Amino acid sequence: MKRASLVFTLALAAGLTSHAAVADTLKTIKDRGMVSCGVSEGLAGFSIPDDKGNWTGLDVDICRALAAAIFNDPSKVKFQPLNAKNRFTALQSGEIDVLSRNTTWTLSRDTSLGANFAGVTYYDGQGFLVKKALKVNSALELNSASVCVQTGTTTEQNLADYFKGNNMKYEVIAFSGADETVKAYESGRCDVFTTDVSGLYAERLKLANPADHVVLPEVISKEPLGPMVRHGDDQWFDIVKWTLFAMIDAEELGVTQKNADEMAKSDKPDLKRAFGTDGNLGEQLGLTKDWFGRIIKAVGNYGEAFDRNVGAGSKLQIARGLNNLWNKGGIQYAPPIR
Amino acid sequence: MTIESREPPARLIFRLKRALGGRAGWNGVAAQIAFAAVLIWLGYEIVANVRVNLETQRITSGFGFLKNTAGFDINQSLITYTGSESYARVLFVGILNTLLVSITGIVLASVIGLLVALGRLSPSWLLSRVAGAYVELIRNLPLLFQILFWYLAVLGALPNPRQSISLFGGVFLSNRGLIVPRPVAEPGFDPFLLAVVIAIIASLGLHYYARRQLFARGRVVRIWPYVIGALIGLPLLSALVFGLPLIFEIPVLKGFNFAGGSRVIPEFVALLVALSTYTASFIAEIIRAGILSVHRGQMEAGLSLGLSRGSVLRLIVVPQALRVILPPLTNQYLNLTKNSSLAVAIGYPDLVSVFAGTALSQTGQAIEIIGITMGVYLAISLITSAIMSFYGWRLGRSLAA
Repeated sequence: MKRASLVFTLALAAGLTSHAAVADTLKTIKDRGMVSCGVSEGLAGFSIPDDKGNWTGLDVDICRALAAAIFNDPSKVKFQPLNAKNRFTALQSGEIDVLSRNTTWTLSRDTSLGANFAGVTYYDGQGFLVKKALKVNSALELNSASVCVQTGTTTEQNLADYFKGNNMKYEVIAFSGADETVKAYESGRCDVFTTDVSGLYAERLKLANPADHVVLPEVISKEPLGPMVRHGDDQWFDIVKWTLFAMIDAEELGVTQKNADEMAKSDKPDLKRAFGTDGNLGEQLGLTKDWFGRIIKAVGNYGEAFDRNVGAGSKLQIARGLNNLWNKGGIQYAPPIR
Repeated sequence: MTIESREPPARLIFRLKRALGGRAGWNGVAAQIAFAAVLIWLGYEIVANVRVNLETQRITSGFGFLKNTAGFDINQSLITYTGSESYARVLFVGILNTLLVSITGIVLASVIGLLVALGRLSPSWLLSRVAGAYVELIRNLPLLFQILFWYLAVLGALPNPRQSISLFGGVFLSNRGLIVPRPVAEPGFDPFLLAVVIAIIASLGLHYYARRQLFARGRVVRIWPYVIGALIGLPLLSALVFGLPLIFEIPVLKGFNFAGGSRVIPEFVALLVALSTYTASFIAEIIRAGILSVHRGQMEAGLSLGLSRGSVLRLIVVPQALRVILPPLTNQYLNLTKNSSLAVAIGYPDLVSVFAGTALSQTGQAIEIIGITMGVYLAISLITSAIMSFYGWRLGRSLAA
């Protein structure tokens, strides 16, 4: 991994040395014929290759939706697996067009990394996973515990803040890869494994006996996860933003993968605007008129993608919770397509 | 008829020309100036462009981040460190952890390497085969694999703290590491330390005196009873007068982990063992080659003078072998230091892990942090090789004398 991050740094340095830093990402993507998308190295439900080697997950579906909007073909994505440490460098150096890798939106990342967050795909928070045998019921009982964590994440600081704030001692062991971190937790090197709650559910599936481990009730931080693009290309920023909004709006409008063709013929004004039978909203984005239909037919609406990857229709069985639509008790809300 | 002395050639200019331009003379000088100018221009362009582009993309740059609060913890630190300290402190903690594992690794690898080399050279069939098998096995397996083996397979098999293996009631071995009683200084500590120092100086003085007597008068002076008396008696006396110098804080199991005592973390042990055994297999071959490069006649000549085998090795063979051994040995020391960056795989908080890892992703300043990290490794390597060169130079001088 060290070598990979060195390569990205060199690429960054090289990329930054060229005078012609033209920032027409959409044109670059069209010339290449592929969307280059940074994903995780394998996090169940978000971005992980299935047994046939096809990438699946909620983060992956954002990439596929972008490919569908541009090429009308969700398979035209080049996935670039990245660890927590080298993800931003890969984005800055132009190695990838969009980083869709369970990345937390924070102020410092929004400002100092030369990148923008294009919305929130998943509202998450940091939690703790412990062995049931320890008989711990609350994170406040974790004084003097050893905690395994993956480096290069916001979790390390949250962890320090939480234990300090509650006047508890702990030992942190930080690993560069998610797999090593889980392995160390499983071998007993640590009492606790901490990461975003969605990640805890996903990683728990990898353990030999998932039922022997329990996620503690405390959520110690706000972790809004979303896709990230480079500064300097507002058109591309808009495309990524509105691809996500299209999926969320589709759920609100009741458009699903199955009924999309039917709904396209509807004469409701908001559906006509979205499907491009009225006006040219898609073209204003730099895409085609039928961009909305393309996205939904390829990956479905936000609710479908959620259920298929992390929700009721998946192994993770995570409840919608905060990620439900605003009018169904959650906080997922997208501006109108108008 | 007198012969006019000819004007001597302009020595200084001539020398300068030779030194700068070699055989090509002034043309060579011009070519070199042009080459240097191109290099400087390239370097300037790179730096200037990076600055402009970082600015236009509004990526933060510069070294100001070193003063910011790091806000994360590190589980092994030789200096006091808490999460509320700066990134500069993190850098320092990382460097010290890298140096700790490198220096102990170098010492351990040299000792193991020497023992294996002597084993391979020994006339005993079994010993030489065992040493040979060690070298072939260890040096042919990838280092990362060996680190993971020691960490996950060997140390991972240790019991949890509640079932830890206890030795003498105060030393505990578990998968959280080796926990030993921690010495705590008492009021009697300073006089005790003073007594030890005085005893050592007195012993050295006696030793010097005895040698002078031997060389000057041919008289053998028996000093060992006095030396032992001073080394044991003086500290004992101080302890009797001023009280015990140290008490030991015994670790006790409290909650999830042991409280009190000092701890050696398993990540350090796994990394140290893997690095030193791996490097030792190369060092063993280098030492063996060095010893074999000394002509056999040297050994025979020494033996025929009536010296013991050990004395011949120590006084005649090894000093000559060292000349051959030193340069490749330096390479191995440098390799060990650089290989210590594999620590990230098992969570040992070395420079790459805490600084080029956590600090990098929290600040996002890849160019600066990778630059600093490369600079630190370069400095450590250059210092190591300077020390080894100096040692080699001294050795060469003493052999020439």
